[in-house]
Amino acid sequence: MCLGIPGQIVAITDAARMMALADISGVRREVNVACVIEDDIAALIGAWVLIHVGFAMARIDEDEAAKTLRALHDLGEAQDELDAMAEGRRALEAQP
Amino acid sequence: MKHVTEFRDPVAARAVLSRIAETTEAIGATREKPLHIMEICGGHTHAIFRYGLDKLVHDGIEFIHGPGCPVCVLPMARVDECVEIAERPEVIMTTFGDAMRVPGTRKSLMQAKAAGADIRMVYSPLDALELARRNPGREVVFFGLGFETTTPSTALAIQQAAREGLANFSVFCNHITVPEPIRALLDDPHMVLDGFIGPGHVSMVIGTHAYDFIARDCGKPIVVAGFEPLDLLQALLMVLEQIRDGRAAVENQYARVVPEHGNPASLAAIADVYERRPSFEWRGLGEIDASGLRIRPAYAAFDAEEKFGIGYAAGPRSVPEPEGCACGQVMTGRIKPTACPQFGTGCTPEMPLGALMVSSEGACAAYWQYGGARAAEPA
Ligand code: SF4
Repeated sequence: MCLGIPGQIVAITDAARMMALADISGVRREVNVACVIEDDIAALIGAWVLIHVGFAMARIDEDEAAKTLRALHDLGEAQDELDAMAEGRRALEAQP
Repeated sequence: MKHVTEFRDPVAARAVLSRIAETTEAIGATREKPLHIMEICGGHTHAIFRYGLDKLVHDGIEFIHGPGCPVCVLPMARVDECVEIAERPEVIMTTFGDAMRVPGTRKSLMQAKAAGADIRMVYSPLDALELARRNPGREVVFFGLGFETTTPSTALAIQQAAREGLANFSVFCNHITVPEPIRALLDDPHMVLDGFIGPGHVSMVIGTHAYDFIARDCGKPIVVAGFEPLDLLQALLMVLEQIRDGRAAVENQYARVVPEHGNPASLAAIADVYERRPSFEWRGLGEIDASGLRIRPAYAAFDAEEKFGIGYAAGPRSVPEPEGCACGQVMTGRIKPTACPQFGTGCTPEMPLGALMVSSEGACAAYWQYGGARAAEPA
């Protein structure tokens, strides 16, 4: 939850809500990009960002993204993040 | 037991380790009279154990594991209140998975879920918003917790809910801040701390000036660090060089991610939605002035405390920690986890008694996972 995970923005899904699609270690998930828009939201396509609980919090370069991902793998946190995303998807469907 | 991970770049690590050793010698610190360096962030605690950094550095360095793991400092009273809200039939409680096993007085969220409460683990407050949109007949509550790294996410989610007029979404806000407990620790005459390794991702949001008081008023060095092992070692070396040179400053080892003034959009969202509580309770540390956030009256419609009448100010707050649990002493670095009478017997990651055993960022869980378990076994 605190370490976040790098992802690459691949598309803008809802400019008004500042939502974009990110590729996070091969998993695609909609994230909020309000904190990393510099001027034009479309300019984010292709950018690497550090994503915390579904929000892009910092722009990073590709090299930093790769290094961060390696460290997260070593810590066992990368899989935890991806598992949490899958859990979040299931939560939307779950009926009590 | 998990094994420590090898360095990806052992040559670079060896070079920094030997400079750390030289600098420690120059300061004159020894195993008997070590320097106490606190890593504030739970992610750093995890990385230190994962890479065995505590064993690799000169034995004149002792890491003190700080209060920077948000689930570890969540008081029982707040877990109890969260369970109480979750048990209402109309409520869907949503939470990060980390919070599920934190013990409360009656039960944890995990136990409440097993007993039938509709509690769902989500990855993001955005998932909670989506649940609210899809379930207009239910009350969706998000258990908002964490430091400044996650605070912007709930602030932005509340702003979005307000824009959409989502009347069935609220946040049970337990967000806390990093600088205030550090001030409290520095004010405690029993704490002997020589320097700090500052959190990376919290600082990405709040910038580095939030720590100016540590250097200016308390005369202690602090270096903000990334969480790769080399980042941590370099930051430690920067702290030691300050001590050796008789300096105290705020330095930034992680400038590639942490801007000096933080993230303006995040700070604006936090300021718009939240205000400081007069004080907030921390598990093991007690009430700390101005260390917690609450939702501003303008957003009261999205405040679960207001909605369900379970306010921080309502009724007696604090509930005592479980018998024999030494979380507070561990959290302030007074004792090692293995010195807690419950460690490995009454308290394990499977059946945690204290919150430091719940998350991989908690000092007790880290000790247990990376070798401490052995220490608890009978000789
Ligand atoms: S071993 Fe358990 S009870 Fe003892 S300090 Fe650690 S978390 Fe608390």
